[in-house]
This record gives sequence, C-alpha cells and structure tokens, in this order.
Amino acid sequence: MGTDKIILALAGQPNCGKSTVFNALTGARQHVANYPGVTVEKMTGWYRYGDVRVTVVDLPGTYSLTSYSPEERVTRDFILHQAPSVVVNTMDASSLKRCLYFTFQLLEMEIPVILNLNMMDVAQNRGMTIDTEALSRGLGIPVVPTAITKGKGKTDLQAAILETAGQVLPSVPARVDYREMTSYISSLQERVTALSDLGDLYPLRWLAIKLMEGDEAVRDLVREKTKDYARLLAAVDQFRQQFRVAMDTAPDMHVANCRYQAAEGIARPCITRSKKTGKSLTDLIDTLVCHKIAGPVFMVGVLWSLYYLSIVQGYQITNYTWPLLAGFRNLVSDVLPIPGFIDVPLIRAFFLWLVDSVNALLNYIPIFFILFACIAFLEDSGYMPRMAFIMDRLFSRYGLHGQSTLPMVLGGIYVGGCAVPAVMSCKGIPDERSRLATILIIPMLNCLAKVPLYVLLINIYFAQHKGWAMFFISTISMLMVLPVSKLLTLTVLKDKEAAPFVMEMPPYHLPTVRGVLGCALERVWLFIRKITTIVVALAVVIFILLQFPGIGPERMDHYQARRDATVSSFYEEIAGTGYEADMADNSLMAMIRFWENYRNKKMRVKNPEAARAIDTEFEAANARFFSLVKPGRDRDAKQVNRALKTLIRERSQLLQEMRAERIDNSFLGYAGKALVPVSQWAGFNWRVNVALLGAFAAKESAVATLGALYEQGGANESLETRMARGEEGFTPLHALALMMFMALYPPCLATSIAVKLQSGSIKWMLFAMGYPMLLGLVVASLIFTGGSLLGLSGLQAMAAFYLLALGTTIAAGFITARQADTA
Amino acid sequence: MTIQITLDQLTPGTCCTIIGLSAANMLGQRLLDMGIFPGLTLRVIRNAPLEDPMQVEIEGYSISLRHEEARFVEVEADGNR
Repeated sequence: MGTDKIILALAGQPNCGKSTVFNALTGARQHVANYPGVTVEKMTGWYRYGDVRVTVVDLPGTYSLTSYSPEERVTRDFILHQAPSVVVNTMDASSLKRCLYFTFQLLEMEIPVILNLNMMDVAQNRGMTIDTEALSRGLGIPVVPTAITKGKGKTDLQAAILETAGQVLPSVPARVDYREMTSYISSLQERVTALSDLGDLYPLRWLAIKLMEGDEAVRDLVREKTKDYARLLAAVDQFRQQFRVAMDTAPDMHVANCRYQAAEGIARPCITRSKKTGKSLTDLIDTLVCHKIAGPVFMVGVLWSLYYLSIVQGYQITNYTWPLLAGFRNLVSDVLPIPGFIDVPLIRAFFLWLVDSVNALLNYIPIFFILFACIAFLEDSGYMPRMAFIMDRLFSRYGLHGQSTLPMVLGGIYVGGCAVPAVMSCKGIPDERSRLATILIIPMLNCLAKVPLYVLLINIYFAQHKGWAMFFISTISMLMVLPVSKLLTLTVLKDKEAAPFVMEMPPYHLPTVRGVLGCALERVWLFIRKITTIVVALAVVIFILLQFPGIGPERMDHYQARRDATVSSFYEEIAGTGYEADMADNSLMAMIRFWENYRNKKMRVKNPEAARAIDTEFEAANARFFSLVKPGRDRDAKQVNRALKTLIRERSQLLQEMRAERIDNSFLGYAGKALVPVSQWAGFNWRVNVALLGAFAAKESAVATLGALYEQGGANESLETRMARGEEGFTPLHALALMMFMALYPPCLATSIAVKLQSGSIKWMLFAMGYPMLLGLVVASLIFTGGSLLGLSGLQAMAAFYLLALGTTIAAGFITARQADTA
Repeated sequence: MTIQITLDQLTPGTCCTIIGLSAANMLGQRLLDMGIFPGLTLRVIRNAPLEDPMQVEIEGYSISLRHEEARFVEVEADGNR
C-alpha cells in the first residue's frame, strides 16, 4: 500500500503551542533523545489513525530556516535528509504574518505542508477573525484551524495529515516574489545544473535562493557534494556582489524583506480585526513583573520559591525515599557474603560501594523531579524571558547571558544548590559562548555537598567568627565566578559563536498539569538513564583506586594478632558467666551482627511504640542474644553485655584503622603523597590530598574520607577534635586555603557527565574538570603562601582575599565588552 | 516634522516607524525573523530595571533587545502616543 506508515514532522516558531499539538496527537507514546552532535532535544512520538501508523517528530521551534543556530540547522537537515511524508506547520493564529514568513521558507523546500492555525481561541479573544478558506487558496496548501488546549480540531488535523501525506500537491503552492533578485535566482539555477548534479538531490530553486542569501551550511553542502565547487561558489560570490552593488542592499536582507512582503500580501486580506480590546492581561502582568523595583523583587520571590520547593522541600521528601534506597542496600547486603571479625570479603565491599554510589545519586531524584517540574512551569508560563530581561545587563558584562540566571540560582548562588540540574538547565541559552561560560562556571558555585567541609573547618578554625566565615564562603563564590567567566570569555571561548540577544517576550500562558508533569518525568528519566550508567562505570574505577594494592601481608598479620588479642580478652572477661557456649566461634560473629542490627534499627525510630515493636521482633528472633543486648538485672548478662560493648568498640576501631591504612596504601594514597610537592604551597598534606581526590566521586565524601584518615584516637571523639589534635601544625590559614580549594573544586562525576551532555563534547568536560583544579591550587597557594609571608592570621587573610576578589570582579565588569558581531 | 534616529535612542513610551536595518548577517537576520521590518510601527514599552535591554512592541507582540543591537535599527520617531 505504501501509505500505512507516515512520517510527520511538526515545525513552527517558538511559543506557538507546537508541543501542545504534539502531546495531543501522540498522547503518552513519546520518546526523547538528542540529535547527534548537538544538544538539541529530539522528541519523537506516534499515533494510529485508522490502520495507519503515524510517526511524529517534533522539530525544535525556530523563527526562520537559516543556519545560524543549531535548532535551525537540525530542523532544516531533518526536512532535507529524512524527507518526511508531510510537515505540519503549527502557528499562533494571532501572529499570522510573522508565522507565514516561516511557512514560505518551508514551502521553498518543496515538501507537502499543512498549515495548522493553532490558538484560534486566543486570536478570537483578541478580536481577530481569520478567513481560513481564503488563506488556503492564497497559499495553495491545506489550512486546518485548531484550538488544541480547548480540545478543538484534532481530528480535522489528523484527517488532513492522512490526505496530504506523500501526495503530489493538487495545486502549486504560493511562491515568494523576489522582485529584482528573480533573474539572479534563475541564472544561478542554471549554473547549479550546469556545474553539478545537486539539483537531483535538493530542490533547485531553494538551493539558488540559499546560495544568494550566503547561507554557510548550504555552501558547505556544495563543497561536500560537488567536484567543481570552486567554480560554482565563485559564480555565487559574483552574483551576490553584483546584486549588492546594483541594489545597495545585502542579498540576505532583500530575501527576508521579500518573504515578509509576501507574507503580508497573503495575510492582510484574510484577517479582520474588530476594535482593539484595551490592554491585554500579558501587558498588565508585564507592568508589574518588568517594573524597575517590583520586577526584581518579584524575581527574587520566584527564585526563592523555586529554591524552597525543590531544594528544601525536596530534601524533606528524601527523608521518605531514603529508607527505600537503604532498604535496597540492606537487601543487597543480605545476599552478599557475611563479613568476618576484621576481614570484609572484597566482593561485599565492591557491591556495597556500587550500591552506595548509585544510591547517593538516586537520592536526589525527588529534588530533581520538583525542580524540573518548577522549571517546566516557568518555561511554559512565559516567565523565563522576563527573568533574562531583568538580569541581562548585569550578566552580559561578564560574558554571561540574561538566561544564565536560572542555572546560577540552581547551582547555588548563595549556599546549597546542585550543579547537575543547573548545568542541565543551560540548554535554553541561545548564545553558544555564554552557554559554555555558564556551564563552565556553575561547578564553582556552592553546591550542597561542599557545605559539610565548610562547616567542619569553620567550626574548628573560625569558631570565634562563624558568622563572618559563613558569609565569606557563601558570597565569595559569586566573586570568583564572575571574573572567571569574563576571563574564559576573553580567552578560550573568544572564538565561540555569539548570538544576538533579541528575543520574543511571549504572552503568558497558564501551564497545564499534564504538560508540566510530563516534562518533569521525561527529564528525570533522561537523567537517570544517562547519568546512572556512567556513574556505575566510574564508581568501579574509583573503587579500584581506593582498594589496591591494599594492606600488605605483614601488616595484615599485625591486625590479625590484635584481633586475636581482643577476642581472647573478651573470652576471659565472660569466663564463668554461663554464656561462653553461646559466644563460641561462629556464634560470636552472629552475636555481633545481632547487636549491630538492633542498634541500627533502634537508632532510626523515635516513638516508644515502634521501639517496643523492634524489641519484640528481636526477642522473638533470638531470646538468648536479646537478653545480652538488654541485660536487665541479671548480673552475668550484664557482665557479658559490658564485655561485648568493649569488644564491639575495639572491633570498629580496628576496622577504621585498617580502612585508613588501606587508603594510605592505595593508588589514590600514593597519588596524594606524590602531589605533596605541589600542594604544599597551598598548605595541603597528603591526607588532605587524598580526601580531595576522593571527593571527585561526590563532594560529600571529603568529610567521610578525612574521617577515615583521622581515625587514630578514640571513636567517641568528634572529627573536629581529632582533626584539631591530629594536625598540630594546621592553622586557620591552612583551613582557609582548603575551603577556597573546595569552593573552586572540579565538578563531581554526575556534573561532569551533565557538562558533557550539555556542551556536547568530551573536550569541554575535561576542560571543566581541569581548569578549576589549577585555579583552585593557585588561589589556595596565594592564600597560604602569601598569607604566611605577610604574617596574616586566618581572618585577616580572609578579609584581604575578599577585598581582592571584590576588586577583581568590579574591574572585570569594566573591561570593555566585545563589539557587537556585525558585518 | 520627523527626525531619523536609531532605536536605542528612544525613550519608553515613544512610537516610531522602522526605516531600515543597518545590520546584516546573524543580527540582521534575527531582527527580521522577530518581525522588525521596515515600514512597520514600533513602540518602546520600557527599559529593563538596569536600563538595558529594552522591550518593544510590534504588531501586537513584544520583543526584548539590547541597546547595542537596537543601534542597528534606523527609525523615524512619531512622538509619544
């Protein structure tokens, strides 16, 4: 039959309700992916109409079909190379004229086009009546009016699609009259046919028009597909030059002008406007939202709510979801081989590490879900461009973009963001240079995971001035980020494409629940799929780096001797209590596990009823063991209980010492030591180096690793005391250098992957990982070595560095920006 | 009496007629894509809180652009409306 499969492409300008049409057509049968090599999302879906299966590709929204942005290139390439059976050009009925300008570009590509006038209801509310019959006659293509959000017109559209798909059009569609350029275009068509066989592959007239426009992508196409391209392109250049001289206008401007006039010619007779109905609601909202004072206040309110809902409330939800993840870990832990007194089977350690790494990431899902939903809400509502409008002036001074606002807030402009969603939300920034700059600086903002280390160090070394130190660390990241972004823009990013800021401020819409939740779900799913797999792979690498070569046989003997001593002194303690038989050999480990399980479960519950339930459960499981955990008044049991407590404490101390020694003897430990000659300028010893290297997997682990390394003292002391004692020579200046290094720390694993996804290249990911390390080392060395030379105290160095950063930021803002990119 | 100036010089509330664009390539194309065409009437709605960019209304939809970009739009001021 040939027609039982249809490929339908949806094309149109942004904000025309195209995704609503897509959702209405395909329902839940959707699939998101990226176009190869670019960060543009490719939405595909399908539906069945009668016995025909229609695959729908939602092309990115673009205003035009030139080749200036990746979205435009993707759209055009899809139409050229995938040859869809039909293109549905969805448009906002209320801005018909500008939309027809786009339609004409589609028609020039000589594919079957259906014009879908969406949002007819909005147009009618604005007092516009559109004669669709006349429009269809004028354009020579089918026109289907719809109001999809009101549920109108969907079946008409589907019927028209079926009728038009793959057919030779009954009439020739309208053409743009290029006036003075017409003769140039036809001469060029002849040249193209004479010098190449491009005409067999692509619409000839379209090629000629594009070449006259000077379209770079089409010139590349010519170079690629034609042997004698030099002659052809020389002819093109000559034509363009002749036209420019004769008409005194740039050929591309002339082309756009003619298209617009053609659009005007078609649209004008079809529209009747009744009397204008005063100020629209959008205008009224804008008076508040873009107001000089109320605007910024409103924006802070919106951003605060976003932060509050996702980061704060999201964390509340993790209190409920974490037990699920912990339950999964326990399940895995039960299946794995049981640990011995001091020797943990490698396979157990490995799988638990893997589960922990993945869990750490999955734990963020509630946060991401709320965040993505909020972002989808803001995007759909039309508020985003207003935010960019307010902030652009400030950010553009530093090479960023008005649309960098949202990513920076998510990343933690004050304290407590997360770089992963922040990097993911950079997608919308149209200017490639600013987008990359934003992606590269986000990891330097204060994500939540950096906070534990800050708190730890501030509590030890700046205990007298906690408030100031917290203020310093919360605001310094902003003062680092802006000059660094400026520096990147002036150096590595200077050759990147910059795009004009010019953007539409669309009318406000009330987003639909389905649209918002659907979008949030899709993005979370994409995140899980893309990031989790890579995290698993890298977790394996880090595990190996941390475990091997490990503790040597000699030291192992030493630990075994200590274990034997501990165990035999335990048996001595309990001799004559009547419990010896219960504690013999394997039963001892069972007892220890029973004890630990009980303590773990008890720790998590607060209300007495649940606590009693746990007691009953454990008593039922093993009454004998339970009488030792809760000895009551029995003297013998009490004695064993005391001995057990000592035994368990000593065991955990042994385990911790071994963990520390294993890290010490691991590849990562060696690396930490090897880095000392460099890191000493920043005041870092090898232990700190190891903690910082380990933090790459997730920054939270820096404190945990330090914890493991400083585990020499009694287990009851807090890490603060241990660290303060363990590092006699460690001063507030050291701490400050360490804090600043952490502030500038390279992106964590998950963020690095997000950087790769959003920048579209491994090269940028590696750069994003490398340069903060260097910068961090320089800054930390400046603070430590400089501070030591000048004899500054930690607080003085803090103040001095703050002023320096503030000065640099202000100075960087005054460096004159590049000239506007015009020719 | 009309004076020919560029769009960036206009203050909020002013209406003008677009005469031409002195930008080509990407910026020129983008301005045209957004509907800034010679012959149309444009109204400056407001400047952003930090003075830049500016918001203008044309044919019933609103567009924001930087003053630096508005320099390339030649207009004829119609006065306040």
